Amino acid sequence: MAKTIEEINKKLESGRAVVVTAEEIIGIVREKGLERAAQEVDVVTTGTFGPMCSSGAYLNIGHSKPRIKLGGGRVYLNDVPAYIGLAAVDIFIGANALPEDDPRNRVHPGEFNYGGGHVIEELVAGKDVRLVATAYGTDCHPRKKLETWLNIRDVNEAVLFNIRNAYQNYSVAVNLSDRVIYTYMGILKPGLGNANYCSAGQLSPLLNDPYYKTIGIGTRIFLGGGIGYVAWPGTQHNPDVLRNEAGVPKRPAGTLAVIGDLKQMKPRWLMGASMQGYGGTITVGIGVPIPILSEEILGYTAVTDADILAPVIDYSEAYPQRKGDVLGEVSYAELRSGRIVVRGKEVPTASLSSYPRAVEIAVTLKEWLLAGKFRLTQPVAPLPGVESGVTFKPLKERPLEE
Amino acid sequence: MIVSRRIVLRFPRRLVDRPIVYWLIKDYNLEFNILKASVTPDEEGLMVLELRGEQADYDRGIRYLTEAGVRIQSLSQDVIRNEERCTHCGACITICPTYAFEVDPVTREVSFYGDKCIACGLCIQACPPRAMELHF
Ligand code: SF4
Ligand code: SF4
Repeated sequence: MAKTIEEINKKLESGRAVVVTAEEIIGIVREKGLERAAQEVDVVTTGTFGPMCSSGAYLNIGHSKPRIKLGGGRVYLNDVPAYIGLAAVDIFIGANALPEDDPRNRVHPGEFNYGGGHVIEELVAGKDVRLVATAYGTDCHPRKKLETWLNIRDVNEAVLFNIRNAYQNYSVAVNLSDRVIYTYMGILKPGLGNANYCSAGQLSPLLNDPYYKTIGIGTRIFLGGGIGYVAWPGTQHNPDVLRNEAGVPKRPAGTLAVIGDLKQMKPRWLMGASMQGYGGTITVGIGVPIPILSEEILGYTAVTDADILAPVIDYSEAYPQRKGDVLGEVSYAELRSGRIVVRGKEVPTASLSSYPRAVEIAVTLKEWLLAGKFRLTQPVAPLPGVESGVTFKPLKERPLEE
Repeated sequence: MIVSRRIVLRFPRRLVDRPIVYWLIKDYNLEFNILKASVTPDEEGLMVLELRGEQADYDRGIRYLTEAGVRIQSLSQDVIRNEERCTHCGACITICPTYAFEVDPVTREVSFYGDKCIACGLCIQACPPRAMELHF
């Protein structure tokens, strides 16, 4: 039956293609069997919507008159510092950046109500953002100060460039200590008071393509409500982890670096977020279409929450001290039931990523495909796989000599 | 007729150390349940009470509090969810002490039952997009 991406694109053009979400495919495979489902279905759409810290955007704001060289100076967008180690008017704003006068954790736990993620959300929403910059001045770029309102429609380029998103599976966070802890996995109550998880599970892009057989560099995706591309494997991409018999990772594994035109994106799918006691971040919506090129690929997309296991990690000690201890493994079906059992204790669960929004992304991508607004791409290079030798190394610290 | 209402009392600084609530029981036959009590950084007293008693006693009690200089507000409007910002993630579910949030097992959407909320404020900081808002 093997189809090609070109053939599927032709079917999409002629309106004969069958596109379903990664949730719908589960029932279809159950009812019709793998073989028939693989013949009938052309594309399975996935989705995820969760806080993704390694995100940011670059802007080229255009040249002022007289000119200013921001590189090496300082730039603030709504008081949030942007990265400026680039030429004259290119700036990068990271989702975790905070205003210099933010109290951070001086009064613990800090609130982190506004940061780079919120700046990106406001830009995308078309709001004016206050830019304040200082520079050292040169003969060709004499200006030393710039204060202006900035709007995304006026800048040359505005590009979302997230270097690590869409984690393939993630740990479940608990707290074994006797005090409340505030983490990037949310608020964790003492003595196994709650368990937080963060994955779209059966809808998550890389969990539907566990060996990266279709998702690669150049894959066109839904990104922040617009169209984006997989730019590269994400940082910390770690394909060679424990996997179940079907190949589904049981630990955090692959990641994606993604890029796309911020001007087309929507604030509904790029929302500033605040993790109490931890920092500011951004919630990013990503959806990846999986072309059903073979029965094997379809088999992977039929993965269910019950098949996907995640490790339970203590964030009071094992995580901060980088100890490898895993308290157990639980499935996303158990996590979604609202309760898991850890060390014999029933622990209530909560999700940080939104399942209803992940569904909405998968459905939107399906509609785009069916309406002819979105075509599949052939990756130009694969993501490093299990055999690639790519691993996730810890820092090797070497003390500085006197 | 017996009524039971949840209210927020705000005591100006000069009233913080007066036994106001004591008189409510003694003179107005009202039963109460303290849901939350604190002194704010500017030394205003804040108390969330569930007050129960005969409607007539309740009304007289409230009048007494108002005349003493206590500001009163009903609780139902206190903490509200900004539906535009709620992403239905569910991070608030295990944080709320009164189980005011519930996940629909099928759609996984998170419902907020304002009538269960005692305005403790815990969800406000726990909600990553800051969809829970305190309204005075
Ligand atoms: S934590 Fe906030 S965004 Fe998430 S479900 Fe609760 S109210 Fe909605
Ligand atoms: S303020 Fe929030 S956490 Fe507190 S009772 Fe109300 S809904 Fe629950």
